[in-house]
Amino acid sequence: MRIFAEQRATWFAVILLALIAWSSLVVIPETEQGVILRLGEPVRVINRFRPRADFGMTGAGVVVRIPFFETLTRIDKRMLTVTMERQQVLSTDQQPLEVDAYALFRIIDPVRMVKSAGTTERVTEQLQPIFSSQLRQELGKRSFQSLLTAERGQAMRNIRDGIDREARQYGAQVIDVRIKRADLPQGTPLESAFARMTNSKEQDAATIIAQGERDAQIIRAEAQATSAKIYADSFGKDAQFYDFWRAMRSYDATFANPKNPGKSSIILSPDSDYLRQFRGK
Amino acid sequence: MTGRKSPWGGGDGDEPKGDAAASPESESAGVEAGAGEPSDDDAAPASPPVAPPRGPRNPWATSEGDSPSRRSPKMEDILRQRMPKGGGGGGFGGFPKMPERANGRSWAGPLIGIVALLWIGVSTTHVLGSNEEGIVTTLGQYNRTALSGMSFTLPWPIEKMSVEDVTSIKRDFIPEGEAEKLMLTSDQNLVDISYLVRWNIKNLKLYTFQLDNPHDTVKEVAEAAMRAAVAEVPLKDVMGGSGRATIELGVLKRMQAILDAYRSGVLIQGVDIKKTDPPAKVVEAFQKVTAAQQNAQQQTTAAKQWAQQVINQSQGNAAEFNKVYEQYKLAPEVTRRRLYYETMERVLSNNDKVIVEANGVTPYLPLPALQRSAPVTPAPAPAAGEP
Repeated sequence: MRIFAEQRATWFAVILLALIAWSSLVVIPETEQGVILRLGEPVRVINRFRPRADFGMTGAGVVVRIPFFETLTRIDKRMLTVTMERQQVLSTDQQPLEVDAYALFRIIDPVRMVKSAGTTERVTEQLQPIFSSQLRQELGKRSFQSLLTAERGQAMRNIRDGIDREARQYGAQVIDVRIKRADLPQGTPLESAFARMTNSKEQDAATIIAQGERDAQIIRAEAQATSAKIYADSFGKDAQFYDFWRAMRSYDATFANPKNPGKSSIILSPDSDYLRQFRGK
Repeated sequence: MTGRKSPWGGGDGDEPKGDAAASPESESAGVEAGAGEPSDDDAAPASPPVAPPRGPRNPWATSEGDSPSRRSPKMEDILRQRMPKGGGGGGFGGFPKMPERANGRSWAGPLIGIVALLWIGVSTTHVLGSNEEGIVTTLGQYNRTALSGMSFTLPWPIEKMSVEDVTSIKRDFIPEGEAEKLMLTSDQNLVDISYLVRWNIKNLKLYTFQLDNPHDTVKEVAEAAMRAAVAEVPLKDVMGGSGRATIELGVLKRMQAILDAYRSGVLIQGVDIKKTDPPAKVVEAFQKVTAAQQNAQQQTTAAKQWAQQVINQSQGNAAEFNKVYEQYKLAPEVTRRRLYYETMERVLSNNDKVIVEANGVTPYLPLPALQRSAPVTPAPAPAAGEP
């Protein structure tokens, strides 16, 4: 306690200095830009975004301001995201599509931003309606099919440029716009898509069955053809003998089939060839 | 108890007295330490009424009546123990005692010194794990990136280090949970898809300073890239095996390109499609297709089997004919007659026979009667055929 009592003046000075330092020195980190306002009027920008400046080479660090006279507004220097509320757009062929999108932007002109919007949150708020109107306008020019596929690239560039033009008023630069989701809206469009899919799949199923039948038939026909050829090659060598041989087999099968022993009555004429020897000739 | 070990003994003032008296070690320690310096008399009157009931006493010892003699040294010990070591304790507002140091100066100096040392020690030495890196900022400005191992910085408000795990692979499941996530394919069909993105930080500096929320951005980029990739291929390819690999690779490349364009410092390690299913509402139709495929398969298999049978049969027949024909060629007339007789033999032996003589006379044939008497008469006919 004595030290306080003895050197009251020194301590007082130290505390005063600390206070002055605390109120006049400000640390601006790499992630922020600062605008110093003198009585509400922006006078200088600290750690302003420059595209080529590497971190460590930027203006981040300690800055001095006049206490009470100058105030500092901190602005994010990083890329910020503005997401668009789920939005229904209508393509040229009158098909609705629900779209989620996001845009990345960065404050590149802090003074203008402070004057026009004040905070980055306000900028985001201001950009949202611009974003959705740009998106609807641009996507509305396209057919449903082209919304889905590669043409998105050009559409996205157009949307980005469109928002960027507006965003410059707020000292922001729009870097990229992407569609996160593009879905069919709940209800009729989605249901009809399901119905279409079901229908097409059922047709597929029917086609596959028909194809299976066709294939089976072709296989059978080919087998028959092969079989006919085998027979023709073989039997064609002597048609007369074939006739005789086949007839013999046929008689066997018809009249002497052990599997089917039905009795037949056969009336023979003594002139028949079989009984030729009967007559002793 | 820990307070006693502190270099400045600050904690001792707070220790409950009963607690200190409880263990014999502390008691003896108190005696040794207490002998060194005189006790302060300020606290003495306040303490005794509190301490006795809380002190551990042998029940039999009290009844013997020698408790006062036992207790009083204890209390003194406690007080003495507290006083010399616990001088710092007096520094806190609640305790009025503030013993003088040997040279008669205040305790404030050493106290501040120790706090400062501690603060410097803690905020200047950093040990980073093998998977970690740290960003060092000097008064807000990026200064350097500390690699794994031990590193030193200036004390806290001047230099600051933020440590991040860079090499461990982070995994994001999209969608989280089991929800259905429908995406449109190029043929305007819907597919329920779920996938996994694996990534890590390749440049911590960019990762820290470039983006507002890099993790969310990774997820958003993944979403956009996956949609774009799926929208370029028909449903069949999304569901099929080879199409998946193409999509995975495409998404990976696309994501990396976008994230590099953002200078996000993120490295995509891989994109894995976990499942591609038809939407729940059309699953039935998809199953029909599967059933139809099986049906078709079955039909062709059956046809193939039948075909094989037919061909085998015809080959057999043809072979038989060929063999017989070979023999027939050698002796046509004999073979022919032999075959004829053999066949007729089999035929006629198994059936009823009637031989009718006259030409143009049609006798009455009592066929039923013939059939009945048939077993009796067949003998002559085969016999006739033999010679």
